Amino acid sequence: MSDIVLETRNLKRSFGAFLATNDVSLKVERGARHALIGPNGAGKTTLINLLTGVLPPSEGQVFLEGEDITSLASFRRVNRGLTRTFQINQLFNDFTPLETVALAIAEREGIGHNLWTSIAGYGSIVEEAAALLARFGLASVMGERSVILPYGKQRLLEIALAFASRPRVLLLDEPAAGVPEDERHEVLAIVSDLPSDVTVLLIEHDMDLVFSFANRISVLVAGALFTEGTVAEISADPRVKAVYLGENA
Amino acid sequence: MLTILFDGVAYGMLLFILACGLTVTLGLMNFINLAHGAFAMAGGYVTVVMMNRYGISFYWCLPAAFIASALIGLVLERTLYQWLYQVSHLDQVLFSIGIVFMAVAATDYFMGGQQQLINLPPELSGRMDVFGVGVGRYRLFTIVVCAALALALQLILSKTRFGSRLRAAVDDRRVAMGLGINVPLVFALTFAFGSGLAGLGGAMGAEILGLDPNFPLKFMIYFLIVVSVGGTSTVSGPFLAAMLLGIADVAGKYYVPAIGPFVIYALMIVMLIVRPNGLFSRGSR
Amino acid sequence: MVATSSSTAAASRAAKLMKRRSRVRFYEIIVWIAAIAAFFVLPSKMLILTEIAILALFAVSLDLVLGFAGIVSLGHTAFFGLGAYIAGLVALHYVAEPVVGLLVAGIGAGLLGFVTSFLILRGSDLTRLMTTLGIGLMMAEMANQMAWLTGGADGLSGFSLGPILGLFEFDLFGKTGYVYCLVVLFVGTMLMRRLAFSPFGLSLKAIKANPMRAGMIAIPARKRIVTVYTIAAVFAGMAGALLAQTTSFVSPDVLAFHRSADVLLVLTIGGTGYLYGGIFGAVLFTLVKDWLSIVTPQYWMFYIGLILVVLVLVGRDRLARWVEYLPERLSKSKEEGR
Repeated sequence: MSDIVLETRNLKRSFGAFLATNDVSLKVERGARHALIGPNGAGKTTLINLLTGVLPPSEGQVFLEGEDITSLASFRRVNRGLTRTFQINQLFNDFTPLETVALAIAEREGIGHNLWTSIAGYGSIVEEAAALLARFGLASVMGERSVILPYGKQRLLEIALAFASRPRVLLLDEPAAGVPEDERHEVLAIVSDLPSDVTVLLIEHDMDLVFSFANRISVLVAGALFTEGTVAEISADPRVKAVYLGENA
Repeated sequence: MLTILFDGVAYGMLLFILACGLTVTLGLMNFINLAHGAFAMAGGYVTVVMMNRYGISFYWCLPAAFIASALIGLVLERTLYQWLYQVSHLDQVLFSIGIVFMAVAATDYFMGGQQQLINLPPELSGRMDVFGVGVGRYRLFTIVVCAALALALQLILSKTRFGSRLRAAVDDRRVAMGLGINVPLVFALTFAFGSGLAGLGGAMGAEILGLDPNFPLKFMIYFLIVVSVGGTSTVSGPFLAAMLLGIADVAGKYYVPAIGPFVIYALMIVMLIVRPNGLFSRGSR
Repeated sequence: MVATSSSTAAASRAAKLMKRRSRVRFYEIIVWIAAIAAFFVLPSKMLILTEIAILALFAVSLDLVLGFAGIVSLGHTAFFGLGAYIAGLVALHYVAEPVVGLLVAGIGAGLLGFVTSFLILRGSDLTRLMTTLGIGLMMAEMANQMAWLTGGADGLSGFSLGPILGLFEFDLFGKTGYVYCLVVLFVGTMLMRRLAFSPFGLSLKAIKANPMRAGMIAIPARKRIVTVYTIAAVFAGMAGALLAQTTSFVSPDVLAFHRSADVLLVLTIGGTGYLYGGIFGAVLFTLVKDWLSIVTPQYWMFYIGLILVVLVLVGRDRLARWVEYLPERLSKSKEEGR
């Protein structure tokens, strides 16, 4: 039974004469561990930006649970359960992890417009934030400014923040990118422990991580969908190897 | 009718010459220089002093105004502005407002607060009749000079080596430096050139726009409209924006004097609603 | 078991940290005690104290826009001026009781803020500068053109205010005026302070810090900006009303560009993003300006400009950081056991 949660139809995006996303029609099934791979400059991050409303597409549509969300602003997509992490950390530098996560929870609960009660007055939100931070190994640094945290911790906060919105579909843009080796296992453990009811679309360069994590893989080359299949199919596909070797050569 | 159009074009041309330096500082260095009008005012006062105190010919005053303002621009760029390319827009705004205030007060101190008048050479004053349209000679002169300048600018930017270096520096500062382009030098020269053009505009505009110590404050909004409507990526964008603004302002003040001053604000608001990213922008990136 | 106890520990620590965020700082108490003390200690300085209180309210309202939402405005005085004219007109034609005028002025300025906020939603810093400056100038031009209503260049005069709430008569020495302004400043600052520590206030800072990420945690940025811009306009309008009411005069100068620049300078001196910067800045700015206008009555503008230039060149962050060295911070770092 196929149950499509996230779908794009003929999605295109150009920057001037450069076609960064070329006619991509992608389907992601509910509960999937779907990986999106491709050489540098294949347009993976652009595709994520189109999915989350950071960029408007030049053509084509995006559907979430069968609903056309192409013209919705980012925050409305988040409200509907679609969220993401960024390849390069996008945090509020002067916020503490606690403030950051508590704000995300408050927005999810629809109390972000409340201008009268102090956040401290919402005990349940503070509690949930603390629990989330503890789960992501951030409890010890919850009171520090985000910008001074070690890179690995910032990476974890990036993911924790996406979680605070309770997504049904989570887009992870190279979650382990740039994380030093000794902090890496922490990030990977979190990624592999993601609850199974959350659909995950993962962009990653690290093939070991992709092959161990994903149950379906799409390959993006030069903005277009090159091929798609199970882990076994993709890892055996000589053309995929050629694409990557071509890049490395 | 045509006379109004003609005056509007002359006015718009002047605005373009005045503002195009700002376009460059903004597009090139991402610096919001609200003090741009101060450089224009400097050119205007150079002309006034040279003509009225020393009786030097108007034609000699124009290049002198250009050079004087360019030199002031160069000195300020090297001493002050160059340190502020990386700071926040708020800091740039505060800094350049500070410069404006100092320029206004200093001008008031040295030159007095009154309107400055210049006596144009006789061949440039009065009107003449061209195909039944009454045309101010000075306005015709303004249009010819400014149009020639605009054309020259377009050619410099698109055809010369300096122009291509400039565009390279705008596109990516680091890459341009890697290619061996002396970016700070390009910036300084461009800043000076833009200031010089403003000075020239101030000199030519003394007759049409008026000249008093509040000049930089009075025209700040015009400059901002020209650059935000026209965008900073081309020469033609600000040019068309300046024309539109000039014609609308002149026509508004002539036909509906009661609400004439509001025409430019109406234009601004309509523009914001219709094209929030600028009239001639290349689309959001 | 271990996990539960560690997460309870985390929860109680989180609750403590959150409470600490919004607790009253040492300098806040000092500010208000000093303001009250000034009333008794400096009876001959009521006028300048009143001026400071009004400017402080104006600056604190701008801090909501600038320090929280991150919008650089060159036309905040549009709301101040509108409030002043409304208060003047209410007193002239309708009600002499000041609080009514104050509220009407706040509502009127708030309406203008609401309408114009839609123009600053889109575009870059540059278009926002243009828009805010343009709206400020447009208001000034309107006040000038509608002389039948506003008195044009002569200003609006010939009105006098009744006792506040029918109880407190304005006196010749401006004592009532100062207390009135101080109370409005206090109430306004307390209201804005609540806002600052609410989820709303935090979400504004998030929009300022990183708009893309803010969208990705479901913050509706536009709605928030409209709201805060409107609220800031209300308080700016009230500040304008206070000026009109305490001087019984509205000069066209209330809409002049230099006021928008002045209030930016005030926040620059005092620091942005924590409200009290507006108050500290207003004190310093008024004292300096007062001194300058005695030393060099005609050319004080030059020195204001010089201060701006020097402030930016030295680095306003470095200067505004002095607040962090006040006692509150010292005690806090001790508590954290460093």
